[in-house]
Amino acid sequence: MKLVENNIRKHTFTHLDALESESIHIMREVAAECKNPVLLFSGGKDSIVMLRLAEKAFRPAKFPFPLVHIDTGHNFPEVIATRDKLAADLGERLIVRSLEDSIRRGSIVIKDESKPRNPYQSVTLLETIAEFGFDACMGGARRDEEKARAKERIFSFRDEFGQWDPKNQRPELWDTYNTRVHAGENIRVFPISNWTEMDIWEYIGREKLHIPNIYFAHEREVIRRGGSVIPVSHLVQPKPGEKVEVVSVRFRTVGDMTCTAPVESTARTVDEIIAETATTRITERGATRMDDQTSDASMELRKKEGYF
Amino acid sequence: MSTTTQLLRFITAGSVDDGKSTLIGRLLHDSKSIFEDQFSAISKTSEKRGMAAVDLSLLTDGLQAEREQGITIDVAYRYFATPRRKFIIGDTPGHEQYTRNMVTAASTANLVVILVDARKGVLTQTRRHSFLASLVGVPHVVLAVNKMDMVDYSQTRFDEIVAEYKKFAAQLNLHDVTCIPLSALNGDMVVDRGENLDWYKGPALLELLEKVEIDHDVNTSDFRFPVQWVCRPQTEEHHDFRGFMGRIEAGEVSVGDEITILPSGRTTRVKEIANFDGNLQTAFAPQSVTITLADEIDISRGDMFVKTDHLPPKVEREFEATLCWLSEAPLDKNRKYLVKHTTRTAKCLFSRLDYRVDVNTLERHAADRLHMNDIARVGIKTQQPLVFDSYGIDRVTGSFIVIDEASNNTVAAGMIA
Repeated sequence: MKLVENNIRKHTFTHLDALESESIHIMREVAAECKNPVLLFSGGKDSIVMLRLAEKAFRPAKFPFPLVHIDTGHNFPEVIATRDKLAADLGERLIVRSLEDSIRRGSIVIKDESKPRNPYQSVTLLETIAEFGFDACMGGARRDEEKARAKERIFSFRDEFGQWDPKNQRPELWDTYNTRVHAGENIRVFPISNWTEMDIWEYIGREKLHIPNIYFAHEREVIRRGGSVIPVSHLVQPKPGEKVEVVSVRFRTVGDMTCTAPVESTARTVDEIIAETATTRITERGATRMDDQTSDASMELRKKEGYF
Repeated sequence: MSTTTQLLRFITAGSVDDGKSTLIGRLLHDSKSIFEDQFSAISKTSEKRGMAAVDLSLLTDGLQAEREQGITIDVAYRYFATPRRKFIIGDTPGHEQYTRNMVTAASTANLVVILVDARKGVLTQTRRHSFLASLVGVPHVVLAVNKMDMVDYSQTRFDEIVAEYKKFAAQLNLHDVTCIPLSALNGDMVVDRGENLDWYKGPALLELLEKVEIDHDVNTSDFRFPVQWVCRPQTEEHHDFRGFMGRIEAGEVSVGDEITILPSGRTTRVKEIANFDGNLQTAFAPQSVTITLADEIDISRGDMFVKTDHLPPKVEREFEATLCWLSEAPLDKNRKYLVKHTTRTAKCLFSRLDYRVDVNTLERHAADRLHMNDIARVGIKTQQPLVFDSYGIDRVTGSFIVIDEASNNTVAAGMIA
């Protein structure tokens, strides 16, 4: 290994250094104290940052946990390709379970193919947790995303139904985490709780992380529907009267194709995205997640049902 | 944002009546940290509730579960940044369970903003907040004298409050206290200085938050490294590699330093210090690193590395601590609990309950039970020795949580005397 100058002197220990060290500390606590942990990895930017943090936490060894992705079948192909490439490059074990399996089993009944599948993700996630007996699932959720997340602990305890009880959370003091669960229960752990969208982009820039190209500005066929720009895909086709336009857009989040809206942008590099992020006046979810706009408490309700 | 932006965590203590939510709203609004969709959501709600102006306090409003059940969830975290610093606000709403909430939020804070209403001055709750801040060892305190607009921005009134507060604060273990007159409603001395407080020459609130010196908030002198995880790749390439991973909680360490491993007391030298990016000559708190040693010694999670020539921590199975009881189920002296201290968890029992402290008057009372929100001095025995410092010296190696083995809940927070 090359010898590097530790130029992080105390006065230049930046917010990114502090956040990174905190996240590494959290991941190592999970590895040390949980019997059968897992890292949820989707190929999106937050989970790519999580992957780099896991490398920082555990190399030169392999990760002491597998990666799991719950595939809704509504994911962007570029993101799935990145997911597979990164897992393969790192030589880590990737487990994919898909909503299709749950649909075949009958545990999910889809009413409308063109509707978002996020609400059903919890079902397959809980089935996967049961299949492998996972007791801790690390996810890349951040507190700045949404107000239900703002009140969630870093170690978020779930009962045997996978439910979050916001008024019955364990107190979390200092960096001393209570990781204990009874058999059948599990915890969700959010090592990047304290990161903001800006921190993620700055870290992607600093670490030169490979992210799916749809995060950068590109020309895309979209339709405008209810104030949002919606990408045209095999799942979303224009309704009569709607016009297909080609616009330069980028995605701020890459979730379910039917409910993830891109923003109009010409930012083609990480630095340009950082500059845009610094001046944007709309929150990440407000701009891009149509499913969170249906109710003031959408995320809170989903979390209570086992969503991470 | 520059690449040398520091992170500052602070909390606000005070009630809605003191204008706490308005102050946070003002800080976020004037530092341009509120987004349009958030602003339009609270505008709609303000309108629905028949308010004339947008109520900035709604920004810190809670979840559906809270509104329906009239409860408040203890801590919400909010984020904003200026070119100099990134801030994490621990927002603890409400009066109920105040002790528990504030202790939780304060445990990771560099700074606490204690709000008083300029008309009312120093109240019982001001004393309570200050006592808790000193108990949890928050390094910096700001007394924000709010609603100065209601007392005609009077310097005399501000000076009176400051004099009274300083007299009280002298009894407490508070090191760095700054008093700022402000009006959250009008925005004076929050982000901008405004035009009404020209007689005040100190920093506005945001200026202070950006400039307060926090490098020495951690113990910089005595190296402390609790082993979190032992890395043994057992691959061809790293066949004999045995790295001890963890976060440096205090001080610094260099290659070649002689270290003692506690509790065993064995000594060896640091062979390498590494992180993912390469090998380091020196590393310091709060970096997460991997350390390899010159000798093969049996070391596991829960052990602590210290420098042999530094002030040693204590290695004991019995100690005194101040406990904040957090659980609805009261402390049962006949039961055994678990104590989690740095990376070590051990069974414990409470051998003595010395006294309970009234958080309002600081008076001590005899106690034989502890209920939620009680602060007490206790004696603890653990099944295995813990390696600790006094909380006054080190907030990491001096703190612990207590876990109820039956429910797995975190039932208390402890600070070692």
